[in-house]
Amino acid sequence: MEANAVISLRGLKKSFGSLQVLKGVDLDVYQGENLVILGRSGSGKSVLIKIIAGLLRPDEGSVNVLGQDTGRLDIKAWQALRTRIGFSFQSSALYDGMNVRDNLEFPLIRNKRHLSSREIDVAIAKVLDDVGLSQTLYQMPAELSGGQKKRIGIARTLILLPEIMLYDEPTAGLDPVTSVEINELIIEVQERYNTSSVIITHDLTCAKETGDRLVMLSEGKFIRQGSFDEVFDTDDPRVKNFYNYNFVTDHERTE
Amino acid sequence: MKISRFFLRIYEIWRFIVQFFKEVFLPPYEYKEIVNQFFQVGIRSLSIITLTGFITGVVFTKQSRSSLSEFGAASWLPSLMAIALIRALAPLVTALIIAGKVGSNIGAELGSMKVTEQIDAMEVSSTNPFKFLVASRILATTVIVPVLALYMAFLGLMGAYLNVHHNEETSFTSFFQSAFMKITFLDIWLLLFKSAMYGFTIGVAGCFNGYNTSQGTVGVGRAANTAVVVSMFLIFIEEMIIVQLSNYFRHGG
Repeated sequence: MEANAVISLRGLKKSFGSLQVLKGVDLDVYQGENLVILGRSGSGKSVLIKIIAGLLRPDEGSVNVLGQDTGRLDIKAWQALRTRIGFSFQSSALYDGMNVRDNLEFPLIRNKRHLSSREIDVAIAKVLDDVGLSQTLYQMPAELSGGQKKRIGIARTLILLPEIMLYDEPTAGLDPVTSVEINELIIEVQERYNTSSVIITHDLTCAKETGDRLVMLSEGKFIRQGSFDEVFDTDDPRVKNFYNYNFVTDHERTE
Repeated sequence: MKISRFFLRIYEIWRFIVQFFKEVFLPPYEYKEIVNQFFQVGIRSLSIITLTGFITGVVFTKQSRSSLSEFGAASWLPSLMAIALIRALAPLVTALIIAGKVGSNIGAELGSMKVTEQIDAMEVSSTNPFKFLVASRILATTVIVPVLALYMAFLGLMGAYLNVHHNEETSFTSFFQSAFMKITFLDIWLLLFKSAMYGFTIGVAGCFNGYNTSQGTVGVGRAANTAVVVSMFLIFIEEMIIVQLSNYFRHGG
């Protein structure tokens, strides 16, 4: 593991039945950077991020997060590590039986039991303010728009002050304007909370705006990495096709 | 292949139950959610239990009267009703109603939380979804079903009393004196014990199927359905076993 890497993956393999999704992935995520993992649907991006978060176990290989080999952690150690990792789900995954306040309070009161109710109120007000949704405190998830749900989902992870943020398709299903707002929020989170982030996406605008470094996953392996321009400066048809179908308009394609 | 999958399933259920006992007794406790589930299972089921308990008492009394009257034994109606309700009907009918109403609800609720990644979200935020969602629900069904069964037995007897009073003009005191003549503490304890067993079964079937849902919304429907079918099936099996055992204890083999 490199000195300033906060996440380090080595030889990661994962299969579901006969389908091999990850075929030996090596990756380092460095302190303070926003790393974007690009790839088509079904390329194994979400599997990769779920392995980092401990929701799935790899078949082979090692996962080192914040200096700890996650394969060797017992439940207590994993729980302690998870308070340092934030996970923003593609579906936002808000608890639909609870209002926004209870959603935010849920992880806080279970992980920081020493906090007084006043301190809890302050923490909730701060994260809501940081994601720009102070007015939604007592709304139910069903009353929120897709973009608001994403923001509350991010706020729920920020309330534990994580060192690493994992974003699973942060702009999926959002209109272009809301997508830009979410991209800006990801950058704000990086700056305000001093987080290192892994952003899984197939949205090139999101990748370009939020990523300090990009890696491209195809058929279970990384095929390109570097800055946005470096990744797409290639004749590899897998990369070219991905770029064309994201950035080139239908009109330009037919021309 | 199918046999090995069956035994694997049994093993998974066994592990699920062991984990329940670990989580329910070890701190930290989810007091707020436990109270909430007691309310969801108990208070929300009161109206249907009240209605069915009362009707069961009235109908069963009406149906039994003609047979007993043939032998001039209509005066046995209070005892018969007490025995029928406390030993069999109240726990069984309560459990079947709760399996249909609460078991399916638990299966669907946990199933939809699973497919919308809400359970994963709890896990990654370093909280214990099993303790919060599963332990509280199984505990609630295990504790509340006996209380509801006792309540249903009382209402069934009240229904029976009204019917007997209307036809035979029996007083309230003599009805209940006659009714409890044949009832022992063993009967009351058995009612509570087997209702707790049924409640535990309903909770485990609902939670296990919901918590392990896959295949999206289709899986959610299947979890709710399986929770009801499996718990009803197991309740009848348990009833049969408990009746055999209780007869053994009652008559000394």
